[in-house]
Amino acid sequence: MRRAVIAFTAFMGGLVFLLAAPAWADGEALKGTLQNQGQPVNGVKISVVAEDGKPVDDATSGADGKWEVPVPKAGKYKVTLDTSTLPAGVALKFKDRSTLDVQVYEGSVRNVLFALAPAGAKGGAAPAADDGGTSFWDRVAQLTFEGFNLGLIIALAAMGLSLVFGTTGLTNFAHGELLTFGAMCAYFFNVVVGVHLVWAALLSVVIGGIFGYGQDRFFWGRLRRRGSSLVAMMIISIGLALFLRYVFLFFFGGEGAPFADYNAQPGVQVGPISAAPKNFVAMGIELLVLVIVGVALLKTRIGKAARAVSDNPALAASSGINVDQVIRIIWTVGGAVASLAGVMLGLSQNVSYQMGFQILLLVFAGVTLGGLGTAFGALVGSIVVGLFIQLSTVVVPTELKTVGALLVLILVMLFRPQGILGRRERIG
Amino acid sequence: MDWNAILITTVKASIGLETVVYALAAIGVNIQFGYAGLLNFGQAAFLGVAAYGMAVTVATFHLPFWLGIAIGLAATIVLAFLLGIPTLRLRADYLAIVTIAAAEIVRLVFRSVKFSSVFGGSDGRQNFSGDFFAMNPYAPGTYGIGPISFNERVTWILTVGWVLIAICCGLVYLLMKSPWGRVLKAIREDEDAVRSLGKNVFSYKMQALVLGGLVGCLGGFLFALGQASVQPDLFSTEFTFYAYTIVILGGAARVFSPVVGAAIFWVLLVFVGNTLSEAVSAGLLPSLFTVNNIGAVRFMLVGLGLMLLLIFRPQGIFGDKREIALDAR
Repeated sequence: MRRAVIAFTAFMGGLVFLLAAPAWADGEALKGTLQNQGQPVNGVKISVVAEDGKPVDDATSGADGKWEVPVPKAGKYKVTLDTSTLPAGVALKFKDRSTLDVQVYEGSVRNVLFALAPAGAKGGAAPAADDGGTSFWDRVAQLTFEGFNLGLIIALAAMGLSLVFGTTGLTNFAHGELLTFGAMCAYFFNVVVGVHLVWAALLSVVIGGIFGYGQDRFFWGRLRRRGSSLVAMMIISIGLALFLRYVFLFFFGGEGAPFADYNAQPGVQVGPISAAPKNFVAMGIELLVLVIVGVALLKTRIGKAARAVSDNPALAASSGINVDQVIRIIWTVGGAVASLAGVMLGLSQNVSYQMGFQILLLVFAGVTLGGLGTAFGALVGSIVVGLFIQLSTVVVPTELKTVGALLVLILVMLFRPQGILGRRERIG
Repeated sequence: MDWNAILITTVKASIGLETVVYALAAIGVNIQFGYAGLLNFGQAAFLGVAAYGMAVTVATFHLPFWLGIAIGLAATIVLAFLLGIPTLRLRADYLAIVTIAAAEIVRLVFRSVKFSSVFGGSDGRQNFSGDFFAMNPYAPGTYGIGPISFNERVTWILTVGWVLIAICCGLVYLLMKSPWGRVLKAIREDEDAVRSLGKNVFSYKMQALVLGGLVGCLGGFLFALGQASVQPDLFSTEFTFYAYTIVILGGAARVFSPVVGAAIFWVLLVFVGNTLSEAVSAGLLPSLFTVNNIGAVRFMLVGLGLMLLLIFRPQGIFGDKREIALDAR
């Protein structure tokens, strides 16, 4: 039951962003994807009736849970899910919502959501209406766990962003696209080529590193040498982000899709926390990578050099550090780690062309909270942001949990603009 | 390939509703970014609160149209203060991050189920433009030259739009020639120098933010009225990025550049989009391109264009390289 709620909230969260994706079709249509706990539900009949009561068309969800009904023109339609065609064990989450009134706008394809849940699950508007047997503290423990999970993913992404900012001063709005790139690579190897996800993820990390290296070698490095100003580079990064995002949309399409492996793992119960085993493994990997990067920053020569450049590039250069080489290594590692973060994000949500951009603001929140330009600040800030987002759902609706995190970002700016571990002089 | 249809829609796009809306948004961005050097990445939120302020007043609470406009303007000013007070003392990129975050907050609240009784969720609000079109002086019919003509509703909204653009351009011209405008440009160049001359830099920046937001919010009103509906996803962050592209394309810190930039932007976007989709349906492109993904191509070109402009011609078409302080920090 708990898992159903989690799956549903994750699905809703994903849907918010999916709905935000513009539809590129010519004619008006209604469509949707039926999912029960992340698994597609097929063979369900959906019928569409126009406002004046004239039937338009029927559709049956396919093996991927998708259905689509083209409609003649923009306007209001009634969409009905035939509950008798639902497979055994699956029911509507809200019993009274088998018929939905939806508005279709000119030239757009309208997504219609029927929330499904295992039969017998209690319908509830929010996770607050959970099954009665769990206590408040169990719920907090569960949300803390999920918060750590999200926070670690944000931290992986934030590490690269923060170090790039520290060494080059670039506020890289295209960093989210590094995550999407990683997830898309893994998706390509996993689903299209058919490699197991573990190997696909490894390949995508390697390719992400090469992508980061290439970006610095052939793009940002060149711009730095030309003496492009920081604000110009920031807007260039927006251009790059737009470009990459629509390249992803072009090849991947506007819909989200899961990886081929580890899709429907039954949850395991550890103390008060229940989660799929993949989440525990993912968190282990994320922690391991963060520790390795952290130790490398503290102990190795190149890590010390990176921190020196981050502190003061001119001073670092004059004491014999090859600044350009250090920056290139940071871009390479940053790209690889961001790729990993993308794969992990794709594992816990779905792979979609907007995933990177959507999490980018949370990464910014984490980085600024921890202090721009500090590697460990980014780590602390990100985990705080992740925890805050999940725990805030105790009081705010799940759909607005991101709003809370972004508000915190603004409040940090107001009261402690240098962040938790940052220093005053950085904010200028 | 139906070149005739492509050309007609392209010419229409050069003065169409989108051009008007984006031109007003870009004039606002130009005041903030071009003249004052403020990186406001939340311009979409200004248009959003204005459009929703009006639409919600009229459609949800059934209050008069002009009160709706007043509430939209007030909401814009409040938003500008909320954004400006914490961030205008900080460095440029902090303002950028905070404003982009605020724009997302505004959009997510507008589309939330929790507040859908007020804002209408992802469907937004309709039925609020009646009073505006009741003022329409044009008799029913089409107005224009030959095939390039609009019906009376579109003609009315375009008339209002272009009059507003003319007023805003005049205002920007006069303001930027005034001592106030010179202080603003000086802040863009060197904040500390201006402060040492005894000017209240924070106050000037705040005024620029409010003014830019107000000009942009006119675009928000027109957007809502022209479509006779508001939806939250019209005001996504990409809207803001397109407005920046327009300002940089025309040339920052020039009075007419946002207007010309908007016209060029939409002409190119519509022309490329229509040509590509005609080419796809005529089977002229490789099978990789389909009707569904062809729309993405033109936005790829926007991103590419923004990058190339800033790398090779940061002053845009009309700008002056000495006027544009892209490295103001």
